[in-house]
Amino acid sequence: MSIILDKVNYVYSEKTAYQIQALKDISLKIEDGEFIGVIGHTGSGKSTLIQHLNGLMRATSGGIYYQGQDIYDQDFSRHKLRGKVGLVFQYPEHQLFETTIFADVCFGPKNQGFCKKDAELKAFTALRSVGLPEDYWYRSPFELSGGQKRRVAIAGVLAMEPEVLILDEPTAGLDPKGRDEILDQVAKLHQERQLTVILVSHSMEDVAKYVERLIVMNQGSVLFDGTPKEVFSHYQKLESVGLAAPQVTYLMHDLRKHGMQVQGTATTLEEAKHSILQAFAEKGKPIC
Amino acid sequence: MLRDITIGQYYPAESVLHKLDPRTKLMATLLYMVSLFVFRGAPGFAVVTAALCLVIWLSKVPFGYMVKGLKAIVVILLITAVFNLFLTPGEAIFTFWKLKITYEGLQNAGFMVIRLIYLILGSSILTLTTTPNQLTDGLEKSMKPLNKIHVPVHEIAMMMSIALRFIPILIEETDKIMKAQLARGADFESGNLLKKAKSMVPLLVPLFISAFRRANDLAMAMEARCYHGGEGRTKMKPLKYRRLDGTAYIIVFVYFAIVIWIRIA
Ligand SMILES: Nc1ncnc2c1ncn2[C@@H]1O[C@H](COP(=O)(O)OP(=O)(O)OP(=O)(O)O)[C@@H](O)[C@H]1O
Ligand SMILES: [Mg+2]
Repeated sequence: MSIILDKVNYVYSEKTAYQIQALKDISLKIEDGEFIGVIGHTGSGKSTLIQHLNGLMRATSGGIYYQGQDIYDQDFSRHKLRGKVGLVFQYPEHQLFETTIFADVCFGPKNQGFCKKDAELKAFTALRSVGLPEDYWYRSPFELSGGQKRRVAIAGVLAMEPEVLILDEPTAGLDPKGRDEILDQVAKLHQERQLTVILVSHSMEDVAKYVERLIVMNQGSVLFDGTPKEVFSHYQKLESVGLAAPQVTYLMHDLRKHGMQVQGTATTLEEAKHSILQAFAEKGKPIC
Repeated sequence: MLRDITIGQYYPAESVLHKLDPRTKLMATLLYMVSLFVFRGAPGFAVVTAALCLVIWLSKVPFGYMVKGLKAIVVILLITAVFNLFLTPGEAIFTFWKLKITYEGLQNAGFMVIRLIYLILGSSILTLTTTPNQLTDGLEKSMKPLNKIHVPVHEIAMMMSIALRFIPILIEETDKIMKAQLARGADFESGNLLKKAKSMVPLLVPLFISAFRRANDLAMAMEARCYHGGEGRTKMKPLKYRRLDGTAYIIVFVYFAIVIWIRIA
């Protein structure tokens, strides 16, 4: 069970003066239960790529297979696919429309054909799992703050109980606390339900902390694909395409330059701390 | 899907027409439209067609791109053709029940359809070669005299340019919201009319909200930059006639004179 992309190309406004090739020969295999990060400079094609995964955009050429089935097949139901591959858009708060938050979250399951009771049960579970306090549930979604709206929108997709959850910059414009809360919740869902998660992000710290596999997009193609450690070890190449490694990676490299025996590959604070403490311990110096 | 509407869109290219002053182009388009309703007979038709072909060639806009804009008016063309075909009295060539097709009707229908196609092509050349900003600038300047009789020319022009600017933004927004709702399993296509109308709610509510928010933001931004209407406002790129425009005016007037002369003679 997996998603396979085979030489996917996508061209915006084909055959006009504004033609742009947003995806170039993308071939990927996404396994079940992976936690994948997608990074890339603005306009590198991240949003375009993920909209192909649930069949919202149709590749100009190439094939996409969901669990072995060609999603462009005549008798493949893309409507059902969208329930299985849940996509939360960049700035999803603009999709809220119902009179109450609870009703808005029910929209997805209702579209899937569940009866009112089942839909409400799913909405209930979803709203719980994004951590929105219950006294908000019956208010209008337009009275919420940006971060709260974001949670409601994520709940709206979670309520469909997807097998794959795709989040396009879920934390853009949120404060550090809100950002950590949302990402922690996503990580929890990934662990508890074996949910496949694809996270598009501009924050190297976030992807280093959460994801197991990192895909780097550059001008419509995949530049790197590997564990965060592997990818961030190419930090010079990353810089040349407008990206960077996490701050701690730079710190560790600087420490090494000055003769300290630490791992240059550390990408998260935890790893860095561990490695530095070890370096001190080996030197036999007391640590305070 | 929604993006494929080409009517009224600007097509960037380096051509003589792109370089002309918008006022010149407005005047030329106006005269061309009038000429379409003035011309008569085969010679007139030849002149009008030749002029259109010349302008299309000069504009350097791909012909296929222009024709795509015609798709939008196919229905109007059909209705016009049908009405002319059946409702023109004259010598019948074909009768069916109470309907009859006359020779005159056939002729009228043909001419009317050609007129409409030429009209659309002619005016789309104006919008294809002129940016919306230039267009409203041109309109504002040509209408300036109306200010004397208290027509708020500047305000109308500003409203037009904002409206034109908002069309692509709203189309993009519609596209985005539609996709977001599709991702939540919305269905905009199947079902009867009532169900279809109902399925528009998840699209229209966010669209209206975002349109109001944008309008509000824009008003704020304009105020923050001290916008206070047209009084005493200068332009960053004032319109100026050049020699090219003079030549264009002469050609257009000569063309118009020829069409009139053919009509009278
Ligand atoms: N609707 C559209 N019409 C035409 N071109 C588009 C459209 N959407 C995106 N593009 C172009 O496609 C390319 C990829 O865009 P995409 O939105 O996938 O980038 P992104 O990596 O998601 O960027 P960001 O980080 O800013 O969200 C860009 O060059 C962009 O200009
Ligand atoms: Mg994006």
